[in-house]
Amino acid sequence: MHALLNQSINLYAAFLLIVSFAMISQRRILSLVHLYTTQGVALVLATVTVAYLTSQPHLFYSAVITLALKVFLIPIMLHRVIDRLDVRWDIEPLINIPTTMLIGIVLVVFAFNLALPISQLSSSIARSTLGIALACVLLSFMMMIVRAKAIPQVIGFLAMENGLFFAATAATNGMPMIVELGIALDVLVGVLILGVFMFQIREQFDSLDIRHLERLREE
Amino acid sequence: MNVSTTGILAQSLEIALALAAAPLLLGWVDQWRARLQNRSAPPITQPYRVLRKLFHKESVVAGSASPLFRFTPYVMFGCMTLACAIVPTISTDLPLATAADAIALVGLFALARTFIALAAMDIGTAFGTMGARREMLIGFLAEPALLMALFCTSLITHSTSLANMVGTMTHRHYVLEPSLAFAGVAFTMVSLAENARVPVDNPATHLELTMIHEALILEYSGRHLAMMEWAASLKLFAYSCIGLALFFPWGIAEVDSPLAMLFAVPVLVFKLAIGGVLLALIETASAKMRIFRVPEFLATSFLLAVIGLLVHQLLES
Amino acid sequence: MPATLPLFLTLLLPIAGGGVLALFGHRERGPQINVAFSFATFASALWLTAEVILGTPILGFEERFFIDPLNAFLVALTALVGFTTSLFSQPYMRIEREHGKMTAPRMRLFHSMYQLFIAMMLMALTTNNLGVLWVAMEAATLTTVLLVSVYRTPASLEAAWKYFILCGVGIAQALFGTMLLYLAADRVIGGGEGALLWTHLAAVKTQLEPNILALAFVFLMLGYGTKVGLVPVHNWLPDAHAEGPTPISAVLSGLLLNVALYAILRCKSLAEGAMTNGLAGRTMVAFGIVSVVVAAFFLRRQRDVKRMFAYSSIEHMGLMTFAFGLGGPIANFAGLLHMTVHSLTKSAIFFAVGHATQRAGSQLMDDIRGLLQSSPTLGWGLVLGSLAILGLPPFGVFASEFLILTSAMRQLPWATPVLLLALGVAFAAVFGRVQAMVFGESTQPPLPHRPALVPVFVHLGLTLMLGIFVPPFLNEWYQQAAALIGG
Repeated sequence: MHALLNQSINLYAAFLLIVSFAMISQRRILSLVHLYTTQGVALVLATVTVAYLTSQPHLFYSAVITLALKVFLIPIMLHRVIDRLDVRWDIEPLINIPTTMLIGIVLVVFAFNLALPISQLSSSIARSTLGIALACVLLSFMMMIVRAKAIPQVIGFLAMENGLFFAATAATNGMPMIVELGIALDVLVGVLILGVFMFQIREQFDSLDIRHLERLREE
Repeated sequence: MNVSTTGILAQSLEIALALAAAPLLLGWVDQWRARLQNRSAPPITQPYRVLRKLFHKESVVAGSASPLFRFTPYVMFGCMTLACAIVPTISTDLPLATAADAIALVGLFALARTFIALAAMDIGTAFGTMGARREMLIGFLAEPALLMALFCTSLITHSTSLANMVGTMTHRHYVLEPSLAFAGVAFTMVSLAENARVPVDNPATHLELTMIHEALILEYSGRHLAMMEWAASLKLFAYSCIGLALFFPWGIAEVDSPLAMLFAVPVLVFKLAIGGVLLALIETASAKMRIFRVPEFLATSFLLAVIGLLVHQLLES
Repeated sequence: MPATLPLFLTLLLPIAGGGVLALFGHRERGPQINVAFSFATFASALWLTAEVILGTPILGFEERFFIDPLNAFLVALTALVGFTTSLFSQPYMRIEREHGKMTAPRMRLFHSMYQLFIAMMLMALTTNNLGVLWVAMEAATLTTVLLVSVYRTPASLEAAWKYFILCGVGIAQALFGTMLLYLAADRVIGGGEGALLWTHLAAVKTQLEPNILALAFVFLMLGYGTKVGLVPVHNWLPDAHAEGPTPISAVLSGLLLNVALYAILRCKSLAEGAMTNGLAGRTMVAFGIVSVVVAAFFLRRQRDVKRMFAYSSIEHMGLMTFAFGLGGPIANFAGLLHMTVHSLTKSAIFFAVGHATQRAGSQLMDDIRGLLQSSPTLGWGLVLGSLAILGLPPFGVFASEFLILTSAMRQLPWATPVLLLALGVAFAAVFGRVQAMVFGESTQPPLPHRPALVPVFVHLGLTLMLGIFVPPFLNEWYQQAAALIGG
């Protein structure tokens, strides 16, 4: 049973990686939010498994917070923003999708290499998944760069934070409770502010295309 | 090469089974497709009837055809039969298997593809050339993905021979392997593309805009067409058996256990039946994609296979 | 507990202020309430600082908060500049309201976020937990994002978006660095909350794994360095300074950059303890020099006055990073002194510039003319402020720059001509522009309210005093703090 649970952490990590790639290739913005939600679910499952295997009660609380925040609250807020702003598609990303996928593979290899010395030094049960967590972070970062609309950039940002959270679980069996609470609060407030911000941008530009926000340059 | 009588027996039984059962599999898939689409289903023996009809008809060949055109159907048929013979469907004790491994298998398919493309271009009609171009595009992109998926499993089993792979996989402890999941999905996507199934190509269409595989065999008739159709069904059978051998290998008889083969045949039938239903489901639930989206589709499958490799290296080694 | 009461008050007052102003910030008395809360915070911060300097470092609330000489003086500085900026924002925001650029809801937002921003910075300065430090730094960004875009112009929206995204990405790297620190600590002192407490880590810093610390420091440097405004991750800084309201520019330059640098310093002392090859110091030196040079050359090309002074901030933060990277008692002392005088002087400049731009109705330097003629105090304030920030004696900036350059000559001779050149280029650029702004004829109307110039001259006075004579208690203070930074 224990061995099976141990391997299931690997499964969740692989699932997270797949979802990160799927996010890069998505064109519909609603699907992005759904993918983000599934990422949250995988995260919660992984945290609960680690909590059970290492008998650390504070990870259970952390999993509950993650569930409430990333599977319910934030997706609901994002849905509301999308509904009111009536955005559906992000037709052309800045680089075409097969190329982004190939760059993604390169990033994954890079992340695995970077994480190898660290995971050797860690004593956590999930340490081999640190490379995957880093890869998710890098992929979300790339997603932020290649997208031309505001909402995919925001979701990329949130996905990056998911990756970091998973990295914390993988490398060190989670951070202290107070820190995780603080981070959760920051994320929540961040999404709220971004929601408000979207409306301001939309009001000003009548569009959420980020390229309108590139006027300020060095003379 | 250790050729035992059981080996020869297993080999011939496999070839016979493949030849006999491949049209049956096609019929099963067609039946389920019809059912899922709320049409009245043709009988499961319909492909046999089509073959019999075609064999009795005269084969009409264009005047400008070269000998290549005439013997391509036989080459195709031979390649696919050989492929089915190599893949361990009911037993791993196959004398021919030691001569060919997974990479050679991919090479066999590539050989068949080359011949059919050349034959299609041979007559010089527009449909043939167009079909050949599209087929080569798909093949070009699908081959690396297929190879990667096969490599993934061969990394786990430390061998590229399919018989060895099956042997290793059936004897492992039950382990959750994400890399196998990735390789499996990638393999499914590639087989959809290679066998000309929805969402890559509609096997029942004859619209110029959308046909790929049909365009290649448009000029054939009579016994040539019969061979090509049979070869196509053998290809589907081969791909299904490869998938089953790699990802669901339980039930295949081992070396030196001829009685287990008796057990292996119903198991195979059962697995193929389920696989057929799943294929019909996928076909019904997806829409055929534009030809320009096919590179994306295949790039995704390549990607999944590569991720499977990387994940294996990271997590399981 | 008598020792922790000032700490409690210092943190609680701005938070309470934020809550109160969220409800009443738009009233007639709103700015006055803001000033009152800021003054109260300043008073309790002074009390706290006195306790630490006269007594011993404070470890409060089960070791969750830690005040030693290093952050004690930063706490006092933050509270001081917070107070004087609130004094400045009183007439400034009233004028903005007259001009129609601020509405009632925006005033509420401005005042409440201002107090919360001060609260978050004080929390970042006083916490002992490196994770909470991260949380507070991110919270400080979040409180000011909406303030940068408060004027709702396209440029300000872009500036706020860049600010949010770039700082967010940067701080995510800092989070990863913090995690790596936790990993290193976990191996030595076990997990749990204690593993992220700076005091615990400092006690065992020689036992921490050097490889992990090296990687952690790089990420922390990149992450917090984004908030300090080090090149090449400085892109958000000029836009945020130029497009936000001037009080926000003042506190961003004067306070946020300092707190971010403080965060780097705490991590640097851990990294230096663990690694023996001086990588931390050299990284800081490299970032510092690059920032100084790049900022100086960008300075020349600016046409917007607030952007120009924003680049000046980048330059000075680069200089400070360079000083702390060099290490040693003199360089650290110089860095700390520079932190103080830069904070005071830059905010004074922004006060003067704020009113100047209000008179001219534009931020372009070509539109501002003849300040000495139309408003002598404003003009002189700007002239003296610019001279101060450019390092003219006898202002404090000269003293700290002199000490930094002499330490550089001793420890890293090749850097000195580079720095001198950059400083010279900056001098020529800024002084030329300021000269054009203050001299000549003026055709601008007077302001509807009297400008707030007392804060300007208070700051400049302090800077002058620090240039001529550092009082012994400050001297002692800086030396203790310099010793704590080590290196």
